[in-house]
Amino acid sequence: MIINGTEIEDTFAEAFGMSATRVIITAINHRWALIAGETMTGFATSVIGCGVEADIEAEIAPDKTPDGRPGVSVLLFGMSGKALAKQLETRVGQCVLTCPTTALFAGIDGEKRIPLGKNLRFFGDGHQISKQIDGTRYWRIPVMDGEFLCEESVARIPAVGGGNFLVLAETQQQALSACERAIEAMRKLPNVIMPFPGGIVRSGSKVGSKYKALMASTNDAYCPTLRGLVDTRLGPDIGSVMEIVINGLSDADVKFATRTGISAVCELGAAAGIRRISAGNYGGKLGQYHFHLREVMA
Amino acid sequence: MSALTLKLKHSLSQRLDMSPFTPAHLAGKKVGEIASIPLWLGNRRVDAAELFAIDGKVTDQIVIQSESDRLDGIGAGMTSGKIMIEGKAGAYLGCGMRDGTIQVSGNVGVAAGCAMQGGHLEIAGNAGDFLGGAITGERQGMRGGIIILKGDAGDRAGDLMRRGTILIGGNCGDYCVSRMVAGTMVVLGQCGEQAGMAMRRGTLILTRPPVSMPATFNDNGRHHLNFLTLLIQSFKDQPPFSNLAERGNQVHRWLGDLSCGGQGEILICY
Repeated sequence: MIINGTEIEDTFAEAFGMSATRVIITAINHRWALIAGETMTGFATSVIGCGVEADIEAEIAPDKTPDGRPGVSVLLFGMSGKALAKQLETRVGQCVLTCPTTALFAGIDGEKRIPLGKNLRFFGDGHQISKQIDGTRYWRIPVMDGEFLCEESVARIPAVGGGNFLVLAETQQQALSACERAIEAMRKLPNVIMPFPGGIVRSGSKVGSKYKALMASTNDAYCPTLRGLVDTRLGPDIGSVMEIVINGLSDADVKFATRTGISAVCELGAAAGIRRISAGNYGGKLGQYHFHLREVMA
Repeated sequence: MSALTLKLKHSLSQRLDMSPFTPAHLAGKKVGEIASIPLWLGNRRVDAAELFAIDGKVTDQIVIQSESDRLDGIGAGMTSGKIMIEGKAGAYLGCGMRDGTIQVSGNVGVAAGCAMQGGHLEIAGNAGDFLGGAITGERQGMRGGIIILKGDAGDRAGDLMRRGTILIGGNCGDYCVSRMVAGTMVVLGQCGEQAGMAMRRGTLILTRPPVSMPATFNDNGRHHLNFLTLLIQSFKDQPPFSNLAERGNQVHRWLGDLSCGGQGEILICY
């Protein structure tokens, strides 16, 4: 399959089942809601080293938030409900509770709940106040700028993490420009995040390493500086490869985001140096979700 | 006529226990069986048919037509359905109700909604003392649900209240939310003497200062309280309480009763 001169490789992205949740942070203005969201989702690119994968999903207008103030929605993905709950509590406690003027609400419904204000309330040292409004419990925790309002708990749902595609270009600048374009289009979609810096990964990994202590190492088959030394997947026309990793609340969300991203890249096409679109997988044995690129783009 | 209708035939010389008439108790019964349900009238037991003209068919709705203030315990322990009272109700209206809806077009007696655990109690007229309070001797009053009173409330409204919401459109008597444990009460009219006496936690929201409050309340100053936006939004279908949104979420806050821990609050929305 070739779109606008760019080859869509006959391969698939391999993704995994994860546990996800959505929280809504509001603040006195969008600037402070964004600061809280960005702080909370800092160092959250990969579950391997960060414990959770998280990013801001979208900005929310005041008329769409629970307390009528500007807000952002944040998606967090963990490998298990327990790991997700631990990371959520830590990040909310250190990054949202501490951030001026913020309030925190659940952004997703479901039966399985993880704590939000349930444990954070103890920061109030006995002065915290519970309020049940329309069947939902909120905690009012006294803080130095007034009160931190926080919903008692939030749902967690099964989700999909690790959807991906690789952009193979002639130069580093061309790969980056194409990926930036893809991210701009994908960030408009609901229910997905691209958790790596700016949404783009330049250090894709393979499973295993020559060093026993490492469980993953550089994806040498796609490193242009190793061409001629290892079993490379890059032809002589490829000078740079970048990856976009996608986490979504469902496989349909990941599939649509993949299609949106690849379409944006292919609009640039071969004329902009974009030679090939590929995807990362582990032979199909590890992940329960397979996104075949040609099916996605059909 | 769809709902079962009970029309009081004549005025009562003694108080009548209406607690057997809940939608759950009457479910599956025929009108003839309902007519023979024994009711306590003072210290006598009489058949329902002696006191009421019974009409309609049995559904999850009951209509009671009465101008007597001696019909006590209407909807007591109710778990589902709806009771509509066209006229007045006596004491212990909706006492201990768990779910369902009671609507009253007139005034009600003392202890309406006492020990209520859930459901919706709406009164268009006035209410007596101990609205949403506790059954005598019990340590907790209302512990769930919502009471909406369009008229005035008597003394000790919300006494020992533990959870839930009481909205009072008119004035409120003395010792409002006395001994309150938790929960929320809103009074749009004037609140009487010693509001909040011995309250431990909970929130009393007023639109003007009460006539007096205990000396054991401290001025906490003016604050923007974010939770008020959510709380008032939850009244959006309940005019005139929804009008509180126009006042914003800045309030003057008093904390007390310091003789009982001081975690309660009286919020005055200007």
